[in-house]
Formats: sequence, structure tokens, C-alpha cells
Amino acid sequence: MSSPTESRQGAADEMRHVARGEYLATVKTLADEGYAMCIDLTCVDYLELPGRHLPDGAEPAERFEVVVNLLDMRNRRRLRLRVQVPADDAVLPTLFDVHPGTEAMEREVFDMFGVEFSDHPDLTRILMPEDWVGHPLRKDYEIGRIPVQFKGANA
Amino acid sequence: MSDTKIPDTETSDTETPDFYERSVAGTDEGEQQLRPRSELTAKELLREVGAVLRMSEAEVSRLGDLPDDPDEDQTMIINMGPQHPSTHGVLRLMLELQGETVLRCKPIIGYLHTGMEKTGEQLTYTQGATNVTRMDYLSPIANELVFAMATEKLLGIDGDIPERAVWIRMLMAEMSRMASHLLFMATNGMDLGAVSMMIYGWREREEVLRFFQEVTGLRMNHNYIRPGGVAADLPAGWRDGVLEILDMLPPRLDEYDILMTGQPIWRERLQGVGVITPQEAQALGATGPILRSTGVEWDLRRDEPYMHYDQMDFDVIVGSYGDAFDRYAIRLAEIRESMKIVRQILDHMPAGDYRIQDKKVTPPPRARIDESMEALIHHFKIFTEGFKVPEGEAYVSVEGPRGEIGCYIVSDGSASPYRMHMREPSFVNIQCLPHMMRGGLVADAVAIISSVDPVLGGVDR
Amino acid sequence: MGIVNDVLDDGLGGLSHNVITGKLEDLVNWSRSRSSWPASFGLACCAIEMMATGGAHYDISRFGMEVFRASPRQADIMIVAGRVSQKMAPVLRQVYDQMMEPKWVISMGVCASSGGMFNNYAIVQGVDQIVPVDVYAPGCPPTPETLIHAIETLHGLIETNQILKRRDETGAGANVHVEYIEPGASPTPVLLGARK
Repeated sequence: MSSPTESRQGAADEMRHVARGEYLATVKTLADEGYAMCIDLTCVDYLELPGRHLPDGAEPAERFEVVVNLLDMRNRRRLRLRVQVPADDAVLPTLFDVHPGTEAMEREVFDMFGVEFSDHPDLTRILMPEDWVGHPLRKDYEIGRIPVQFKGANA
Repeated sequence: MSDTKIPDTETSDTETPDFYERSVAGTDEGEQQLRPRSELTAKELLREVGAVLRMSEAEVSRLGDLPDDPDEDQTMIINMGPQHPSTHGVLRLMLELQGETVLRCKPIIGYLHTGMEKTGEQLTYTQGATNVTRMDYLSPIANELVFAMATEKLLGIDGDIPERAVWIRMLMAEMSRMASHLLFMATNGMDLGAVSMMIYGWREREEVLRFFQEVTGLRMNHNYIRPGGVAADLPAGWRDGVLEILDMLPPRLDEYDILMTGQPIWRERLQGVGVITPQEAQALGATGPILRSTGVEWDLRRDEPYMHYDQMDFDVIVGSYGDAFDRYAIRLAEIRESMKIVRQILDHMPAGDYRIQDKKVTPPPRARIDESMEALIHHFKIFTEGFKVPEGEAYVSVEGPRGEIGCYIVSDGSASPYRMHMREPSFVNIQCLPHMMRGGLVADAVAIISSVDPVLGGVDR
Repeated sequence: MGIVNDVLDDGLGGLSHNVITGKLEDLVNWSRSRSSWPASFGLACCAIEMMATGGAHYDISRFGMEVFRASPRQADIMIVAGRVSQKMAPVLRQVYDQMMEPKWVISMGVCASSGGMFNNYAIVQGVDQIVPVDVYAPGCPPTPETLIHAIETLHGLIETNQILKRRDETGAGANVHVEYIEPGASPTPVLLGARK
């Protein structure tokens, strides 16, 4: 089957796969090249799509994929980086030293998915209560709906 | 600060010795040398001696057990919110005060977390707009717009949306921006003491909401912009409704100028308060009026134009001091710019379809359901199963009233998104709060929160 | 003497036309319903419609409610406007506990009444799981007219002595001798603005 990870390449929509070991260095290099703003940092849990393949040259597909959106205001271009993070070793270096604005975004990824960021100044839960157990946006975490009277309601 | 037991995690030696040796030994400039950007921003920020209070709530509550120290230099950690009249929703702030001066601040969010991204995975793409519209509930059209644009990009129809639909979307987006900024005027005024602004701001906003009710059926959370176009055409007489608003607003905005902008008390309370530098704002990812108030001219409508904003003639308002007054003035001016854009849209609005004529995506008109079996089946399938979107991922962003709203959708070929993530501007803008509040008074804290204009539905999602 | 006689004659007769007797409880309830101050507990989109109700167009000031008290100690009604998340639930209960008797709760919007469209892990499915609710106002968000109808329903409930039950349960309140009437099988009718 075709990979669900191919994005539609528009004119300003460049996407790149990055290996986990080169992730921080790549972001630093890109920051020097002009991608000064980190717009978004999020994560996707591909547990329910196990057989996906990434384009050649990229590393093997893992369960978690952290997606970083960078913006170069001077040249008006954007770049999306995708990093594969395995489930059993869900650690990534933090981007806080390069882009301090990722502090809250990485906390949200930790809270919702359980991916840890090493050297993050304050890696705690941000959206759920501090004593919550589980990571809600993972695919093996139930939606948590209570049964209601109407049959066939989606959510 | 040495008397308290707060673990002080930010006083790290950020300057590694070899870096300085390299910089000093290599060139003449020494500390003035232009360092690469990757080294620059974090060190500058961390060098501010830590504006962010890095303590968990549990630690703070344990501090209450400490014996009273008569030493006057002891700092005090107080809690503001989540239920507080001036925190714009359920934002909780832990402030470390020395007297009246704010030393550090930590915003604690999550009190409105709704699990919308998880709910988004259960709903179909047609229903998705009902979900995302409740994130930034002060300008719901912007959320729906970006979700619809991301879905259309995945479907591959983003170039085929009919002209009238695009212009209708632009009209609604600008009216929504006006409504949101009018609400900002109201809440900003009330937070700073001009309580009558609450009444005035809402008076104007009621007119815009009445227009929304005529067009979309709802005053808020409209669920109007859907993938493929808009839900319904503009009703007859909509031009009169828009012109009424455009005629009523300018004299009232001048009233605001008299009441607030030129007034010495207002200026005293806002000028120089909550200053943020352009480097800080960019490093923290702030967009929208916060970034523009520092002097950076970045507005997605002009710099990465979407829909037909490249044909519109409008100014991007930019401040110069990065303080709360600039943000107020920018938003007031943006109302006027939005009115300018709406006038141009009135001239440009074409006739035509209000949604794409793709049977797989948009439901057929109700009359055809009686005539054609195919139309009936399509209607049924779209509203029960939903239309399937090809596999892929897409990120689209628009300029909302608070900054860049982005929508990142990953599709696995089914009728609901596999992952739906909204990049909400308020979530990122809240990170600016500690840096703005540092060194100011507690009373300024209220002014600063109000000038950042967060909407907690977007922050917590 | 004649004058006194006249006053006595006319006076007593006149008195019955010029003096109204009633129950103190009715007076107290009337005054409570006509100036019940809401505690500001706006959470999400419904808070915006609540503020619009306080604005000039819909104006709940005519019902005596335009002062949204920030401190729960000074408030009578808690209008829970918006979705209550798991993190917010203890805060909600604490604010409710800090309010003084007599107090009422309006659950505004479908998210507060039942969890609304968010039937998931993050939202409390109905704020009546945390605080006792007197009036539910449906809508997403309810228009200001709906909220005003809910408020008027609550005022009707206040006027018809619904508070007696609450006071009996908590054992708190003013030292007034009240006669407790056992509630019958029929539900208490809502008499908007009427007196018994």
C-alpha cells in the first residue's frame, strides 16, 4: 500500500525526514540558515498503521513520529521535519536551547504521548492533572466515553 | 532568595569556557561577535536570570509549611487563578513576588483541556468543523477555515474551490477578526479599569454576531466553513447587513480613541508595560499582534497569502516598542483594516456556487434528493460514513486574530483524520508571559495577560 | 374626639385597605430573587454568551444580576458556563463550597449539563456530578435569551421556597422558625414571579 506518510508537496510545503541522531544538529544548522522560528512541534502515534514505509534513505518507521514545523521569515519558506521515535526508547533531545518556544510544545507531547525530551528544563504534565496516569493521545488509550442512549454516535 | 528552598534550576553556567575562548581568540570583537543563531537566542533568554518559575504545584503547596521568616527579603509565591476575573478564562499563574514586583511567573494551563484532538480522530471531516470551532471560541471562523483548508489540501481540491465560496470565507474570516478584536477592546478595557468598555465592546460585537446569526444560523461556534466550501449561501440582503456594520463602527472606534487611546491614565498603564524584544518573541514562537508589536512585520495574509488576500489592499500594522500599548493599538487599527478589506470584498463578491460541485465531498442540494436516487445515496453516505480522504499529511496555517493558527492532519485513507493537531497561537503566546511580567508590578500582570489576549480554549484544546 | 373617632373608624377600616400582611419568608424570597448576584465562573464559549447577557443588549441588570462578583463569598448564583475538565473539577467544588448559603447553581450549556459533544476522558460528563444543579440551560452556546429564561426559572424557584429544603439539609442559615411541609408526589410547580 502506498505510504500514508507522503505529504502533498505544495510550493511552500517542504518536508524532510531526519534521523534521531542528527535531529538536534539539523535543527541547529537550520536555525543558522535562517529557520529562526519553530512554529509547531507535535507527535503522531502510528500504532494502528504498522506496515508503513518511509521513502528511501529515511530510517525505519517507528511508532512515534515527532513533527517539527520551522519557519524562515526572511525568505518566506517553511520546512517540516519528521523524526522517528521508537516506542521502547521514546527519548529525543530537547529543542529548548535552540528554540525556547518549544518548551510548552514538548511538554504537551510528553503529556499526551509519553515521549521524553532530554535536558528539557521542566518536563511535566501540562494539560492533564499532575497525577494523571496514561498518555491520552496514544492510540491504545481509550477515548473514555461514557455509554449514552443514542446508538451509533461516533463520539 | 538563598533563604528559601526553591530549587533554582536555571542558574546554569550557560557560557561554556571553550566557546568564549574560541570567540575571543578567533576575532577582534570578543563578546560583540555575531554568534550563529543556534547559539544566540536561548543563551540570551536564559541570561535573563530565569523569568520562568520552574516549580511544580506540589512543591509550591509544600512551601506553605515553611516557618514564617521575618526577613523582608523573602519572596512570596502566590497563586492567581484559575478562577479569577482577570485571567481571561481559566489560566492559572504562579507568581513569585518580592513586595509588589514580579520576579518569576509560571503559567499553569490545562484547566480547560477538552481532548479535542482525540475527539477529532473520532469525528468525520464534515463533523470536524464542529470540534475545532470550539477551540478558539472568540474567532471560530478562523479555526474552521484552517481545518477546511487542510482537509481540502489532502483531498487535492484546494485549487478548485469556487470563487464565491472563497470570497465568502474571506468575508466571514474578517468579520470574525473584527468580532474578536472588539472583544479584546472590551476585556482589555475592563481589566484596566475602564469598565464601561465592556458594555461598548459588547454593543458593537452584538451587531457582528447578529450578522453571523443571519448567515450561519448561530451567534458563535458556527460550523459554517466546511471542506469544499461553506455550508450555505449568503442570505438575501446580506450586503445591507454588512454595510450597516461598516457604517456604524467607525464613529464608535473614534469614541474608543477618545476614551482610551489619548487618555493619560490609559497610556500610563500600558506604555512600557510588558515589553518584549523581537528576538525574544521570535525565540518563543510568538506570532500575531505580539510579534508585530515588537516591530517584526509578519502577517500571513500578506507574507504567505491564502485565499485572495494578495488581491486585497490593506496595511499590516506594526508597533515599535513591544509593549502592551502597542498591542492595543495594533488591534484597534486591525479592526479598521478589516473593515477596509470587507469593503473590498463587497465589491469583489462574485456570483456562483458556494461549495464545490464534487459529489463525493459536498452533499447535494435538498431538492435533488427527492428526484435522484444517486443524490440520496450520496447525501446518506456523506452524513453517516463521511467522505474518505486520501492518505497523506498536510499542514496549513492562516492568520487568526491572535497569531498563526495551523492545522496538521494525518490521514490514513478513512473518513476521519488519523491525527488532527491544531497549532493554536495562544498556546505558544502564553510562553511570553513570564518574560513580559518580569520586573513589573502585580497590577501590570493583569494588563499583560490582557494584552496577550489568550483564549484558553485554544491553549488547552 | 371626633377626629380620633374618625381615625379609629376610618383608620381601622382604612388600615385594612392600606396595609398588606404577608409572610416574612415571602419578602425574603422576593428580595433574594430580585438581586441574586452571580459568581463569575465562566470557563469557555458559554462564558462569552454569559458576558453578552450582561451586556447592554440583553442586560441582566434589569433582573438585578449585572454585578458578577469575583469572590464567591459575595455571590449567590454560580453559573457554570462552559466545559468542566478533570483538572478544573476540584476547583469548581472548592468555589462552590466557599459560597455562602443560600446558593444556587445554573448549569449553562450542554457541556456543563451533560458533557455536551465531548464525551471523552477529559470532560466531566455533567457538572451535577460535582455540585447540585438547580437549573439546566441547554444550547451550544445557549443564546442570551435561553440564559435569561434559565435565570428567570431559577428566580421562580427561589420565590417558591425551594430554599427550605436546602437549609434543612445543611442545618445552616438564619434562625427562622420554618414549617417543613413534606413534599408530595407531585413535583413542585414553577410559578414564575407568583406568590403562594
